[in-house]
Amino acid sequence: MQDTKPRGRLFRIWDSDVAASFRRSPVAIVSGLVALVIVLAAVFAPWIAPTNPYDPSSLNLMDGFTPPMQPNAFTGNSYLMGTDNQGRDVFSTILYGARISLFVGVSAVLLAMVLGISAGLVAGYRGGWVDAVLMRVADVQLSFPSILIALLIFGVARGIIPPTQREAMAIWVLIVAIGLSDWVQFARVVRGATMVEKGKEYVQAARVIGVTPLRILIRHILPNVMGPVLVIATISVALAIIAEATLSFLGVGVPPTQPSLGTLIRIGQQFLFSGEWWILLFPAVTLLALALSVNLLGDWLRDALNPRLR
Amino acid sequence: MADPFLTVTHLTRRFDVSKPWLNRVLEREERQFLTATADVSFAINKGETFALVGESGSGKSTIAKMIVGLLAPTEGQIAIDGQKLDPKDPVSMRALRRRMQMIFQDPFASLNPRWRVGDIIAEPIHTLGLMPRAEITVEVARLLDLVGLSKADAGKFPHEFSGGQRQRIAIARALASRPDFIVCDEPTSALDVSVQAQILNLMRDLQDEFKLTYLLISHDLSVVRHMSNRIGVLYLGRLVEVADAKRLFHEPQHPYTRMLLDSVPDLALSGRRRKPVSGEIPNPISPPAGCAFHPRCPVAQDQCQIAVPALRPTPTGEAACLLAGVAPPTDA
Amino acid sequence: MTKPLLSVRDLVVEFPTRRGTLRALDGVSFDIAPGEVLGMVGESGAGKSITGAAIIGLIEPPGRIASGEVWLGDTRIDQLSPEAMRRVRGRRIGMVFQDPLTSLNPLYTIARQLTETIRTHMDASEGEARARAIALLDRVGIPAAARRIDDYPHHFSGGMRQRVVIALALAAEPELVIADEPTTALDVSVQAQIIDVLKEICAERGASVMLITHDMGVIAETADRVAVLYAGRMAEIGPVRDVILQPRHPYTAGLMGSIPTLEHAADRLVQIPGAMPRLDAIPAGCAFNPRCTQVMDRCLRDRPALRPVAPHHASACWLVDDKGAHHG
Repeated sequence: MQDTKPRGRLFRIWDSDVAASFRRSPVAIVSGLVALVIVLAAVFAPWIAPTNPYDPSSLNLMDGFTPPMQPNAFTGNSYLMGTDNQGRDVFSTILYGARISLFVGVSAVLLAMVLGISAGLVAGYRGGWVDAVLMRVADVQLSFPSILIALLIFGVARGIIPPTQREAMAIWVLIVAIGLSDWVQFARVVRGATMVEKGKEYVQAARVIGVTPLRILIRHILPNVMGPVLVIATISVALAIIAEATLSFLGVGVPPTQPSLGTLIRIGQQFLFSGEWWILLFPAVTLLALALSVNLLGDWLRDALNPRLR
Repeated sequence: MADPFLTVTHLTRRFDVSKPWLNRVLEREERQFLTATADVSFAINKGETFALVGESGSGKSTIAKMIVGLLAPTEGQIAIDGQKLDPKDPVSMRALRRRMQMIFQDPFASLNPRWRVGDIIAEPIHTLGLMPRAEITVEVARLLDLVGLSKADAGKFPHEFSGGQRQRIAIARALASRPDFIVCDEPTSALDVSVQAQILNLMRDLQDEFKLTYLLISHDLSVVRHMSNRIGVLYLGRLVEVADAKRLFHEPQHPYTRMLLDSVPDLALSGRRRKPVSGEIPNPISPPAGCAFHPRCPVAQDQCQIAVPALRPTPTGEAACLLAGVAPPTDA
Repeated sequence: MTKPLLSVRDLVVEFPTRRGTLRALDGVSFDIAPGEVLGMVGESGAGKSITGAAIIGLIEPPGRIASGEVWLGDTRIDQLSPEAMRRVRGRRIGMVFQDPLTSLNPLYTIARQLTETIRTHMDASEGEARARAIALLDRVGIPAAARRIDDYPHHFSGGMRQRVVIALALAAEPELVIADEPTTALDVSVQAQIIDVLKEICAERGASVMLITHDMGVIAETADRVAVLYAGRMAEIGPVRDVILQPRHPYTAGLMGSIPTLEHAADRLVQIPGAMPRLDAIPAGCAFNPRCTQVMDRCLRDRPALRPVAPHHASACWLVDDKGAHHG
């Protein structure tokens, strides 16, 4: 009999195979750090950013088009990453923009997860016609590019919401649009894993005791199918951030008054050919770094959780 | 035999193993059914161990699953203490569930890997609402002690234990609702022999202590011999022989039982003479007509291909063979 | 004694992990004589399958043979190149695994797999190879072999597939067959048939067999000698009859007592307390000491070597003194 005392949760996490694989992987460590820095910077933007880009009173149009690290010709103000056409500090707008991009990305994925996991659990556990209907809906949705679906949902929402509310609701519409376009992959993975788990004896043991199906799904099966879900969720956050940027770039995303990274890129690309490169470059690099690091983390997590690749 | 605890009458289970509808239409195939269990009847007395033995395709696990309510019978009935098992009546099912538990074959699959051992053992108590929450910790400690584990093990996860210890945890869970009947589905076939002995001894001790009734499902004749009072032998979903355990091994009545006994390796090096076993188990989707054993049977007769023989009384119990109870066939 | 066909000397197999190196096999030595059937028993994790894998050079990386020697006749085979080892496997050593599907390619007919093996290792024309393959299938008990040879593996039942695998293992007339749990996946009534076939056909061709199994019953019926492994070490080795009827290692004795038999119904089985240690927690001294009923101080300190207790019979236990007598 082994005589290891149950040790603390933190120790168990640190000692786990996943943590060990993280410590061994330089790619995972670097992308983890990059993602962490961007996330922290975004979360604490109000305390880090030198100016508040949403406050019109702090803006000075004379500050417009200041190049990075050079004093403005009129005001003499100098900015780390320069300013945009309206004189907003690019560094500050990036911090605030990353905040919105991350909020939209994470919320959309959470929505997709809730929908997809529920559908997948029910379809996988029940089987039969419930499964057939849910999965055919998923198949149909998969045959369209998800950005088109997001655009469609966005268009429908625009029709429903009164014009006065549109600006305030824009972020929520975006979240729903991206979330609804992304639930399918969660549903498929969870369905497959659920079908495997439900045949295992621990589920039969619960059924013999008389545990209700809902409780079996939530307390027994869900924790055991979360591994692959986490992998997809991580990669999906990166994709959702890009989707948000794409929609915002197309002009159907968040309004310019509350710019996300995508909105900033859209604004910046207008000035690329007139020489004000910094307005595009810095938001674009931030978006790239964020999406890439989150994506690489997802890749690493997939390998770390797959025992066959270890 | 006056007071059987569990009675199973004419139990039948068919599985639809047809291809999907579209394939059937395109390939012009009929629906296909697999009869996993066909017209099985037996009774288990209070406090005894009744064993069902058989090879793959014999339907022994299907019977176990129907008894504990994991599968609904296609036909037939199961009754416990005279009370019929009716999956559509949740109130009576709840009462029966408390009295009836199951131990599974694979202790690596039967415990949820994400749950702590204490929670696993406490689940039946929670689910059936048998005890106030405050008392559960003490009860879990008592159960762990009962199966030879320590109180501290409640805080650990299943992967921290060996196969034998996990099976002890599974037994503790089965005992948590204080049942009087436990279905043991191949409880030791995933374990090493030295550990198997521990588990079999533990099962015996618990039976003596709590007056448990066991239904033991196994393919291992030596385990069955060691554990049970009466034995039912299954072949392709049908009961071919039921007999007193001690006598079955000395006086097998059905030719299949005889063949099964002959195929057990002779560990004691007693020089026991073995007849070579012939043939393999047929496909259960299309079993042979008449007695399913007739193609492999050394004493098969013409009638055996026509009708399924019914169980008939023998000196040791019952057997489903035309020749059972008759004097053994001579060469003349 | 005649010169052994296979000789394994002080074999050590290690698996490096991030928590340190695990010794799956720790100083195992044994011989197999020409035509002999050696049974290798032990519980899961005792190292019996690893021994087989080490001999045929199929240890999964990162596992490796850390030290020791494996001799097949006059050739040392533990250091051969993968290419040379491939020639030894199949030609000189045949293999039968637990799951027949791992040895058979589902995409090729039985005929193709058999004739390919025969023609790779022996000088035969296509027609000769096919004729030989049919004869072989017939010998292992496949009914209507000439017709069934053109079937695919999935056309056969489990027992028939294992017969095909035995035919495949013997196709190139190897000197040694390593059978790793050949009957574990099969029903009891089929198991007996397969054991009989394996035993007969190897005897006929003079091939030695190393039979790896957890089932003492199978060993009792098949093997000439048996080696008992425990925690990667050899506990006892000797003629089957002696080891089963007069085990000289407390572990073997416990193991034999713990097996229920058809012959005599004991009320309680002898049980060995505890379980075999994990490879990362093997105790100092004798690996069996925490479970042994006759444990002495010495067992906690020093590891006992395998020492003779009777002709051809050796046990790694301190209860056996230097003259081979048994105390306790």
